[in-house]
Amino acid sequence: MPNTDPYAQSSETSQGRVFTVTGQDWDSLVSGIADEGDDRVVVNMGPQHPSTHGVLRLILELEGETVTEARAGIGYLHTGIEKNMEYRSWTQGVTFCTRMDYLSPFYNEMTYCLGVERLLGIEDQVPEKAQVMRVMLMELNRISSHLVAIATGGMEIGALTVMTIGFREREEILKIFEIITGLRMNHAFIRPGGVAQDLPAGSLDDVRRVVALFKKRLPEYSALCNANPIFKARLEGVGHLDLAGCLALGITGPVLRSTGYPWDLRKDQPYSGYEDYDFDVITWDTADSYGRFRIRLDEMWESLRIIEQCVARLEGLEGAPVMIDDKKIGWPSQLSIGSDGMGNSPEHIKHIMGESMEALIHHFKLVTEGFKVPAGQVYVPIESPRGELGAHIVSEGGTRPFRVHFRDPSFTNLQATSIMSEGGQVADVIVAIASIDPVMGGVDR
Amino acid sequence: MSEETVPAPVEEGTQTVNRAVEHRTGMFGVRGSGDTSGYGGIQRSIEMPAASQPPFGGWYDEVHSALVEAAAGSSIENALESVVVDRGEITFHIRREDLPGLARLLRDDEKLRFEVCSSVSGVHYPEDTGRELHAVYHLLSITHNRRIRLEVTAPDADPHIPSVVPTYPTADWHERETWDMFGIIFDDHPALTRILMPDDWPGHPQRKDYPLGGIPVEYKGATTPPPDQRRSYN
Repeated sequence: MPNTDPYAQSSETSQGRVFTVTGQDWDSLVSGIADEGDDRVVVNMGPQHPSTHGVLRLILELEGETVTEARAGIGYLHTGIEKNMEYRSWTQGVTFCTRMDYLSPFYNEMTYCLGVERLLGIEDQVPEKAQVMRVMLMELNRISSHLVAIATGGMEIGALTVMTIGFREREEILKIFEIITGLRMNHAFIRPGGVAQDLPAGSLDDVRRVVALFKKRLPEYSALCNANPIFKARLEGVGHLDLAGCLALGITGPVLRSTGYPWDLRKDQPYSGYEDYDFDVITWDTADSYGRFRIRLDEMWESLRIIEQCVARLEGLEGAPVMIDDKKIGWPSQLSIGSDGMGNSPEHIKHIMGESMEALIHHFKLVTEGFKVPAGQVYVPIESPRGELGAHIVSEGGTRPFRVHFRDPSFTNLQATSIMSEGGQVADVIVAIASIDPVMGGVDR
Repeated sequence: MSEETVPAPVEEGTQTVNRAVEHRTGMFGVRGSGDTSGYGGIQRSIEMPAASQPPFGGWYDEVHSALVEAAAGSSIENALESVVVDRGEITFHIRREDLPGLARLLRDDEKLRFEVCSSVSGVHYPEDTGRELHAVYHLLSITHNRRIRLEVTAPDADPHIPSVVPTYPTADWHERETWDMFGIIFDDHPALTRILMPDDWPGHPQRKDYPLGGIPVEYKGATTPPPDQRRSYN
């Protein structure tokens, strides 16, 4: 077939013919390969492909149906979030980093805020209610993230019902997020020193309702998939990676736990008071995609347990502060929705505009300039749904981060693509990558 | 790595540990327009946390002594430049030519066992003359449940740091990212190519001398300059 692709002229390749197939024209490829008399094909899969879990480019060298080499090409979603954060105040940074791994925004905010709090030396002063709210939101987020992992993973192998029910349930969690933070995604809700807002009235009832709903709905996933022969045939033994491989490649999260090693930062290096919650670390011993699926399924149950404990604690914390008492760090206003539907803080406005010139100056300084953070560097990792998420934050004593680098678990875990896929079938590449569950927003940042 | 790319070894007592990384003038850190506060003449040097002396307390001493012990008598005996304990985290500043040997020790020694390299990140300190580029390695010991940080520096004029990929294969992409963003060349890396930016991209975006970019935005007659050109307080 005549080559019409301006970016892949056959003259540009060092060897072999170039085929551009766009669907409905596979015959030309098949007959072309037959002419060459060579079974070896290099396939560029993605970056736009429904099965690559986002804008991921896979370069696969195939020998018939067998993958001999697999390489991942990334960077298609790079937005320079780390660089941008160097030009905003410490508080504004939350708004940027929440957009990295878009399926687990609270975790991005959390690791950044924990780092800033350690730099400020205020880790012990963050109010209890803020910590409990953070844990509750994170665990809700873990469920919604795992649901997408299972849903898209199912879709990629053709199990469309798994996708539709997965997104149906996720929507319930996003509704809770909207009730509590005002946004379904990209919340920028967790801030250095606490959280942005107190819980709105009645929101705990909504959380309770969702927990009850999930206890009814989650068994549907087990009933649909756990013993499903097609599902098992596609997942079992696929994407194998043992413990030594995981440690060498720095793999964490469900992939590491599928080797049977119970490594979970919530238990091993607790933060935000995770040591006070009763939950189990889920492991599996098959080190394959099926094990990772089962781990995600069971982790959602553990998250429900933690959420119930959070709700019980929050009931006793009504009216407690959610932001640090330090007036130099915590934002002074507490927004409430006015009759015009806009968020406002009438008490605070009355104070700064009518009563105290100093309060007005202070408000102005805190909002425009922000607070200063003493020089130093920290790294405070947390257990995100995909593994260890950490922020290396460097301060030079200014009102802005000097450097923030996020160690995103998807970025690191995606390196396992080659070792999980090579030697297997081309169809298993999709399953292996879905079991890693990379989120390209986090990979590319 | 050839001899001339390696800086002269730091002698005892001459270490620049409490190094200034930033110089500030004026009251509010205003840039782009005059300081009208009346305190425009203030001059301050910002320093990173100073080096600590043993005993460091807790398990830090165990790691430190195990490291010194394991390195004793070998070619990397003098690898350790300084140790900083700050905010509950420990940082080992390492001579760059000794990094691969030291990383291997850290991973394999029974008392150390730092099996996982969580992350490699770069930092560019334009004011830290002769050590502008820093590569920071976050190591995790799952066996002992400990974390340490290694910091290695290279001058802008000679941005070479030996790779740790032979010890920590996970550093492959991290070092590529650090090369891509800072221009640090990791010697002996199996394939040091750009990873996030396009292959033909000029420059290294996370360096401090690389502009953020952006265009002014006009709204109802007023123009807002791009973020890096606004009047700012830092």
